Amino acid sequence: MLRAKFAWLALWGLAGLGACATDADMAPAWEVPGTEVPTNFPAPVYPAALNPPTHEAFALGRTLFYDPLLSRTGDVSCGSCHQQQVAFAHQDHHFSHGVDNLLGTRNAPALQNLRWRAEFMWDGGAKHIETMPLAPITNPVEMDETLENVLRKLNADAGYQQRFEQVYGSRPITSQQLLKALAQFTASLTSSNSRYDHYARQEKGGELTGPEVRGLAIMRQKCSTCHAGELFTDETYRNNGLDRSFWADSGRAHITGRPQDVGRFKVPSLRNVALTPPYMHDGRFRTLREVLDHYDSGMVESGTLDVQLRRSGAGPGISLTENEKTDLLAFLQTLTDTEFLHDKRLAESR
Amino acid sequence: MTFRSFTFLLFASLATTLSACKDDADLTVPAAGTLDIEVDNVVGTAPLALNTGTYFTPLGQQFTVSTFNYYITNVKLKKADGTEYAEPESYHLVRETDAASKAFTLNNVPAGDYTALSFVLGVDSVRNVSGAQVGALDPANGMFWTWNSGYIYTKMEGSSPQAGGNRQLVFHIGGFKKPNNTICTVSPSLNGAVIQVRKDRHPTVHLASDVLKMFTGPNTINFTTLSNTMGGSSSVLVADNQAAGMFRVEHIHAN
Repeated sequence: MLRAKFAWLALWGLAGLGACATDADMAPAWEVPGTEVPTNFPAPVYPAALNPPTHEAFALGRTLFYDPLLSRTGDVSCGSCHQQQVAFAHQDHHFSHGVDNLLGTRNAPALQNLRWRAEFMWDGGAKHIETMPLAPITNPVEMDETLENVLRKLNADAGYQQRFEQVYGSRPITSQQLLKALAQFTASLTSSNSRYDHYARQEKGGELTGPEVRGLAIMRQKCSTCHAGELFTDETYRNNGLDRSFWADSGRAHITGRPQDVGRFKVPSLRNVALTPPYMHDGRFRTLREVLDHYDSGMVESGTLDVQLRRSGAGPGISLTENEKTDLLAFLQTLTDTEFLHDKRLAESR
Repeated sequence: MTFRSFTFLLFASLATTLSACKDDADLTVPAAGTLDIEVDNVVGTAPLALNTGTYFTPLGQQFTVSTFNYYITNVKLKKADGTEYAEPESYHLVRETDAASKAFTLNNVPAGDYTALSFVLGVDSVRNVSGAQVGALDPANGMFWTWNSGYIYTKMEGSSPQAGGNRQLVFHIGGFKKPNNTICTVSPSLNGAVIQVRKDRHPTVHLASDVLKMFTGPNTINFTTLSNTMGGSSSVLVADNQAAGMFRVEHIHAN
């Protein structure tokens, strides 16, 4: 009798072990993306240690990123205007529509390699990855919501209450928890596995064709003052000769109030650029060909035009032959990172 | 005999060690006390009454106040010999609508006679760009600009018949970058008084914060030409006024 009971207990214990093993199998066998610094990248501005990635916090940030609860009307999420298949830019939209179909005034930028950014948005108005989401959340033509209301809605949701408590160990949900969780996801958006990256790191799959190699050399020679380094941007604000005046959008001057910043906008990265049309802060160019034509021969003068774009004895621009343009276009395609675009960990989980 | 002397030595050394420790403690950890700081928001000589009070600037412009919030941070006390005490994690948000916010306590202040008090009206540049903060610096407090991120150091809203457009006054003072840095360190005079911090005392400094001094001082603010500022050069004009005299010490309670 006693023996039988013991045997039964032992079996029960084994069953328990079995259940544990199954749990372990069910537990995520994946890593939080974007925690390692790619070997060809500089040191990040927002290293992982500042907000140590965990599965639960990352997944919570992902849920928040794709949740329209963050908007006043409940139908606009971060993911509405930042779509993974186009490097988290907004496909085919020169401007995005926010709540009540209101239109913004600037092209939604790609979200990638944000760990390496000290300032965000076309004018650099947002100065930290954690507080950056407050801009679109509160913008009247984007999500038009208050932080107070977002917290109220999250705290009224049993699922969120439970998940936040699991990650942060306290209730109620605070703004810091919300913003740290969102940053877990946005900081994870690392694009570092394009064909160019494999080439740069001398890895398998890093073969470039003749035109692509020539295009890279032209890019380094003629474009890399601004599209510098492995991130393909020097993070400055420049006037690239789009207009004679900037009455509709003064760009960087909107933030600094300085006349010398009128018409200056953030130099965007070239990574995944083939997927992020339309181009420029106002999405005026539909193709990369149009962009190159603008740099070659489409620029107009204005007081704050970047000195790098002045040519002696000619109007502003960067001289490019037709062959050079063709090679540049070939090279730009090598910056497409399909692994990033199709990474299931970054997709909305259903 | 051997054992006994060993025991004696052990006790003797223990006693020495213990007393030495005690002496050290006396030397390195002086008694600490507390200091309460209380703020009364006023308009000139009148107490501030939100919405109902009607006031006049030195230019004779009539106005009312609906919101008056500001940050008192990085509070420091200084002794006559120049040594300073800086309150750690020193961030306080004063809101006229929240009586509890108008008093706070500095804890574990080293005992001593302090002859000067200083604090920052605003938030240091580091915390403006340090990511999601808590407590007084929680962006949910409504003192944080999202489109040009950074803290609003002083938020004064109200109305005036002399203000243009919709007659509203919107003075959101902030900014930490040159040339529009509006962070100001103020050190209102103790008028010769000394703040005596002791283990068994609870001194209180009563401060008055004068809304009127936003609009007068080095720069006379005329609501006809300036009724709305959210950072930038016009905010600097107001911040210069605030630095020059928004705070005064009303009195100090010794106990």
